[in-house]
Amino acid sequence: MKKVMVLIVLSIVMTAATAWSGTLEDVQKKGILACGISEGVPGFSIPDSKGHWVGFDVDMARAVAAAVLSDPEKIKFVPLASKQKIIAVSSGQVDLTSRTTTWTLKRDAKQGVDFTTIVFYDGQGFMVPKSLGVESATKIDGATVCVTAGTTSELNLADFARLHGLKIEALVFDGKKEALNAYTAGRCDGFTTDVSQLASLRTTFASPMAHKILPEVISKEPLSPLVRHGDNQWKDIVTWVINGLIAAEENGITAANVEEMKVKSNNPVIQRMLGQSGDTGSYLGLDKEWLVRAIKAVGNYGEIYDRHFGPSTKLNIPRGVNKLWTQGGLHYALPIR
Amino acid sequence: MKQSPFVFSKSFITTLLLQTAVLSIIFYGVYTLLVNTQANLEARNIASGFGFLSLESGMPISNSLLPYSPTDSYGYAFLMGVFNTLYVAFFGIVLATLLGILIGVARVSGNWLVSKLAEIYVEVLRNIPLLLVLFFTYTIALAALPIPRKSLNPFTGFFLNNRGIYFPRPIPESGFWLVCLAVLAGIVTAFFIHRHATRLHRETGRVIPSFTLGMIAIIATPAIAWWLTGGPMSWEYAVLKGFNFKGGLVIRPEFSALMTGLILYTAAFIGENVRSGIQSVGIGQINSSKALGLPPGLTMRKVVLPQALRVIIPATTNDYTSLVKNSSLAVAIGYPDMVSIGGTIIGQNDQAIEVIALWMGVYMTINLVISLIMNWLNAKVQLIGR
Repeated sequence: MKKVMVLIVLSIVMTAATAWSGTLEDVQKKGILACGISEGVPGFSIPDSKGHWVGFDVDMARAVAAAVLSDPEKIKFVPLASKQKIIAVSSGQVDLTSRTTTWTLKRDAKQGVDFTTIVFYDGQGFMVPKSLGVESATKIDGATVCVTAGTTSELNLADFARLHGLKIEALVFDGKKEALNAYTAGRCDGFTTDVSQLASLRTTFASPMAHKILPEVISKEPLSPLVRHGDNQWKDIVTWVINGLIAAEENGITAANVEEMKVKSNNPVIQRMLGQSGDTGSYLGLDKEWLVRAIKAVGNYGEIYDRHFGPSTKLNIPRGVNKLWTQGGLHYALPIR
Repeated sequence: MKQSPFVFSKSFITTLLLQTAVLSIIFYGVYTLLVNTQANLEARNIASGFGFLSLESGMPISNSLLPYSPTDSYGYAFLMGVFNTLYVAFFGIVLATLLGILIGVARVSGNWLVSKLAEIYVEVLRNIPLLLVLFFTYTIALAALPIPRKSLNPFTGFFLNNRGIYFPRPIPESGFWLVCLAVLAGIVTAFFIHRHATRLHRETGRVIPSFTLGMIAIIATPAIAWWLTGGPMSWEYAVLKGFNFKGGLVIRPEFSALMTGLILYTAAFIGENVRSGIQSVGIGQINSSKALGLPPGLTMRKVVLPQALRVIIPATTNDYTSLVKNSSLAVAIGYPDMVSIGGTIIGQNDQAIEVIALWMGVYMTINLVISLIMNWLNAKVQLIGR
């Protein structure tokens, strides 16, 4: 009921402000960036023991705050349930959502939001208890699968079942926690969501090794932060800050060496990126050092990935397609000039 | 002097003006809200209108009363949710009423233990948020029952596990329609017995056991037909196949947990209504009834209840409508009611305003119908001046 109320309130908020000024101007005037994130998915966004939000999605938002407000801490994080994530942006409750959201045509074209750039190439998969002895997702005919409401996962699950002629019973829960509880209680034979999240959620179980992620990836889930539809300047800023982090990895710029590179590098590409030549900042409505601050705050894309998903973490998700294009992955930074 | 009909007192005109002003402000407010919403939706390029209801839903529903597949439309999927909500509401109201009456009568019982137990029940259930009650019943339903491969099997064809309670499904065979016909004949016979008994009682004062006779007619007639046709029914048993049981009839734990939670919770409130209703009947009435020699059952039926109902019904109408609204908490424990399915539709479509409007419309309709029925019932039990 509480969530229904939130939706109603948001719908009313949507009716309140008829005209809005530029988001950049708004954010700088308020001095704080409102960012929607997930309710707590280890690796992506979760509060640490001191209540400080950490994670991959969180760092993307902090980079934007560093570029726009010169301070990665000037953010108000708003945890959003899956079905609120779009409306919270389109209604203006948050300036930006960095919350494992799949870029789809319908969302982009018809739901009042704009996607910025892909931060994570994901895909939907299945997790089952090892005791079940299932090796492949095509062998789960007749199984019951737990899933969270308001996501693309339900649609993919139904599509997968239709394509392979499987009868899968989907048990839909409003919240991730309830769905996981039902799964661990044995109500469902499997649990489905994006593979990265499966790996992440598995770490929260009492015995993570008793569960297995099946090899099939049944969908493409390009995850991207989103902003309100129609504010092109703001969309450009978010797009290019994240693109800048990927470009930084390509050019070997890290949080530790960015200041040094800024002064010493004689590579013209790096000089332009770090504001030593050209004036990329002014095209976005920012100053010359926008990207320097972003990199200094959270590091380049590779550093962020390793910090939250790398081999030294509990999650340990191989980078796979999320490598740079130069290493056989899909991340191809657009030229900053 | 005859007063002209067009001369109004000053206060009347003031009142009229004031009311017109208030009404116009309300209308203006609603109008602005609608126009603004529409303009904002258009400005942000968000689809609006109910056209999406005819599109293919692509979503799975685990528990629907009619055949459903993901190729059906959003509208049909939502309808499945509405049916599930109605299903829960109907059985919830019936069973909560039965349990509520029991609790209420137990509360006023002369037996100390019974009345104390009922009091504890009411005080506990009434003071816990329903959501917690539901989490509790659902957790119990999952934790107490084994996995399908280790199902409990108390009788042949009955299985209990954390996927549900499985029953054999009856499959009618040739000649079954004769049994159905016999049931109908039994009911008609019982009706005539009742009419005859009432007339006899009115005209001669003689009482015949019409209830017992009627029940015999209803049960015996089909039983004879069943025996004559040689039991025209077979059973389809549930069998463990792969992960789950297939075939048979099944009650899912989500449904059981939701029903149990709603019934236990609402019965506490209905029990209190029944108690206050019974206690509102003056003790003198009961004593007079006793003095006239009426047995306790008849005293309850003819003296206490007709008067108690006047107090019970209006309060219980509220509890019925609450039960219907509370059933929206189903979404928390995975039962696909209207709110759960609507939530998925919002997730896939983001047309929140339309779906919320549908939710409100359906709940309002259900509750208005309940209120109408209860008001009619209430009017019937009120004192009628002769």
